Amino acid sequence: MTKILVIAEHLGGKLNGSTARAVSAAAAVKPDAIDVIVLSDAPEAVAAEAAKIDGVSKVLTVARTENAHSLAAIYAPQIVKAAAGYTHVFAPSTTFGKDLAPRVAALLGVSQVSDVMTVEGPHTFKRPIYAGNAIVTVEVDASSIVVATIRTASWPAAASNGSAPIEAISVDAALPSHTRFVELQQGKSDRPDLQGAPKVVSGGRGVGSKENFEIIYKFADKIGAAVGASRAAVDAGYVPNEMQVGQTGKIIAPELYIAVGISGAIQHLTGIKDAGTIVAINKDGEAPIFEIADIGLVGDLFKILPDLEASLG
Amino acid sequence: MKILVGYKRVVDYNVRIQVKPDGTGVVTDGVKLSANPFDDIALEEALRLREKGVADEVVVVGIGPADLTAHLRNGLAMGANRAIHVQTADAVSPLTAARTLLKLVEKEQPGLVILGKQAIDDDANQTGQMLAALWDRPQATFAGKVEIADGKAKVTREVDAGLEVIEADLPAVITTDLRLNEPRFIKLPDIMKAKSKPIDVIELGSLGVETADHIKTTHYAAPPKRSKGVMVKDAAELVAALKQKGLL
Repeated sequence: MTKILVIAEHLGGKLNGSTARAVSAAAAVKPDAIDVIVLSDAPEAVAAEAAKIDGVSKVLTVARTENAHSLAAIYAPQIVKAAAGYTHVFAPSTTFGKDLAPRVAALLGVSQVSDVMTVEGPHTFKRPIYAGNAIVTVEVDASSIVVATIRTASWPAAASNGSAPIEAISVDAALPSHTRFVELQQGKSDRPDLQGAPKVVSGGRGVGSKENFEIIYKFADKIGAAVGASRAAVDAGYVPNEMQVGQTGKIIAPELYIAVGISGAIQHLTGIKDAGTIVAINKDGEAPIFEIADIGLVGDLFKILPDLEASLG
Repeated sequence: MKILVGYKRVVDYNVRIQVKPDGTGVVTDGVKLSANPFDDIALEEALRLREKGVADEVVVVGIGPADLTAHLRNGLAMGANRAIHVQTADAVSPLTAARTLLKLVEKEQPGLVILGKQAIDDDANQTGQMLAALWDRPQATFAGKVEIADGKAKVTREVDAGLEVIEADLPAVITTDLRLNEPRFIKLPDIMKAKSKPIDVIELGSLGVETADHIKTTHYAAPPKRSKGVMVKDAAELVAALKQKGLL
């Protein structure tokens, strides 16, 4: 019997979209059950959202004051206890899942399958290595519990028409006090979330300054897109680091990706390879970004972006 | 305080790797090898903590074949006090690496272990978290800023939602993100000095580590190629092309 436990990611009482993507990957295993576990100090609202995800059999909640913040050292021993009876434990391959899942895996005595792109069978998966320049097929021993993180860009979010039952459970796990949450500093943004947005406009070093980045925001707002950036733009201080797209930043797969003033280093291309349509706007016709762009336009971004806005009316 | 730093050797980040046509691996013969970039950042951070007087000894640790010793000399030239080379001809899984590091932690009793957040070859992003779990100590992954005082580490972590600050009692495991620091360059006189610094060579087999190899890589493939794109000459043409695809 194949039973998958999916660890819900949430923040500020809201379920993160990455959870429904991990459920999609779980469904591809064709298991007998997919249960979602929500650890929180007040899990009700998040659990209600998780219960709506199509394919979810049951939502388990663990309400403890220690679970107010997602600290891996606190969550992991509870997940390990809750994982008894499950054949698979899945978490999204976000900073939340990457922090937590290996800690869970080590306590269970197994290695982890990182960044699952496709499910070939209950114990066979494909994942990227070398910044996405090779795809490997990995097989987990059939007798081992499978702990995996799910590459969110490879999976659509499962729809939310379901109504799974919610069950409060208590797990008997001793929790450490050696790790404490202090604060979360968030870059404020009213724009769509970078990882879930169907359209993304990114700026690179070519944008030139923090002030010049306004032209990127303005164009993105015009077409309803999220805004991303290359590492060069982040390092230069044009934008905060949570906007970085690439091997060490966010890996995204929007329907439309517009790269403006980005040359296209291997590490950046890794983050956007699975985008539906890639558009490159760059004044250097030899920039590597044009090798993978579906539509390329050579020219000065400061002239092209206003022209684009004008063409859109 | 002693700091242990993981120092993995990987294919250089500038190399465009090639998958072998028979799907058995990637071509590594004759390819330039370097320190994993995140590990250089880890070592740099440890050296800075030593320069601030927070640490008094920095030990670099590598797990790998006999010729890894030369690579560890680079870590010594950068400024580490000594090196430990755990020798094995086989590639090790992140769990085996974590179990191996735990043996060294038990022996060396460091106040801090700093590792890179991921190795750019397997992109696993697991070893630091696994070591912290097995050691039952705090982990501060994706560190963008580290402050050590009064037996505690205050670490700013680069998470998807922004910057998260956590406090961890020492000893702890920290994994480095790219923006933590700018690693220093190795100077020629330091390369000469590094030759006389000690490197302990230990056979992996002698450490009594239970090796974990229940995940097997059965096939390597090149990623699917994107079809050739088109060039447009101005903004109007671009808008027309996107409208035709139904994207605008």
